Amino acid sequence: MADIAFLLLIFFLVTTTIDVDTGIGMTLPPELDEEIEPPPVKERNILKILINEQGQVLLEDLPSGISQIREEVRTHVTNDGADARYAESADKAVVSIKTDRLTPYDMYIQTLDEVWMAYFELWDAEARQMGYENYQAYRATLEPGQENAIREKIPAQISLAEPDDGSDS
Amino acid sequence: MSKHFTKKSKAKPEISTASLPDIIFMLLIFFMVTTVLRETTVQVRTILPQAEALTKIEQKRYVSYIWMGPEKLIGNRFGETKVQIDDALVDDLATIRLIMYRKLTEEPRLIVSLRVDEESEMGIVTDVQQELRKAGSLRINYSSKRDVTNL
Repeated sequence: MADIAFLLLIFFLVTTTIDVDTGIGMTLPPELDEEIEPPPVKERNILKILINEQGQVLLEDLPSGISQIREEVRTHVTNDGADARYAESADKAVVSIKTDRLTPYDMYIQTLDEVWMAYFELWDAEARQMGYENYQAYRATLEPGQENAIREKIPAQISLAEPDDGSDS
Repeated sequence: MSKHFTKKSKAKPEISTASLPDIIFMLLIFFMVTTVLRETTVQVRTILPQAEALTKIEQKRYVSYIWMGPEKLIGNRFGETKVQIDDALVDDLATIRLIMYRKLTEEPRLIVSLRVDEESEMGIVTDVQQELRKAGSLRINYSSKRDVTNL
């Protein structure tokens, strides 16, 4: 009996693949009603990131590198109305990523990654101020359904703009 | 006093194997439950991009995959970028809306995992995303691997 069970066990051991799927989570905006205008967002609250088909990055109309995005997002979100070019407050800050149809997917993921990392670092800093080790530790203490105060204060508002069709410049 | 209680047994102390089948069965059942036998053959190449800001998907049964990448051809050649859902390649992107809408009605907590080849262009990714928006399945996940170069 045990032999048969052993045999089956080994078979299932070999065939099982316990791989955890990792990735960058996003929530797409719901399909817009054409009659309803999207709520206006002040120009200063949007941090515009443009990536062209060569993978070059335009940050707030200035050509820059991928590595500068994280710092720029951090200044944008933590600005608190100090600088007129950046956001009024953290909960109003929006990061907009716009790509071209021919932009390599890899560049897009790298950009998105940098933006998320900026938010992760801000959340970690916020959690440390509240006396937790990091953001993960804070999240573990939350009951299901309980409001996440850190994300409430610094929401990650990343807007994925629809790309140009590539016909114009 | 202690003399009366010290009894020397001749047999060597051995671990009882009576519970061994039970243990084996338990493991067997565990692996049987966790195994997914039906693997979809992916007909497109998906070399996932690397990223740092990763989150794990714990609820794996809510996940539905969409593969995007150059089609694998005979020999080591690759064709045009195609979209695959479940077992079949999707030629008309508008059918994604129907497929995903049906999946969403079956499982409202659906997460769509986009496994996109890193060399793909954003155009097709956006087209699929637009279809997903129309279907109403808004939770997506850009599947990517941990960046090992920066560690």
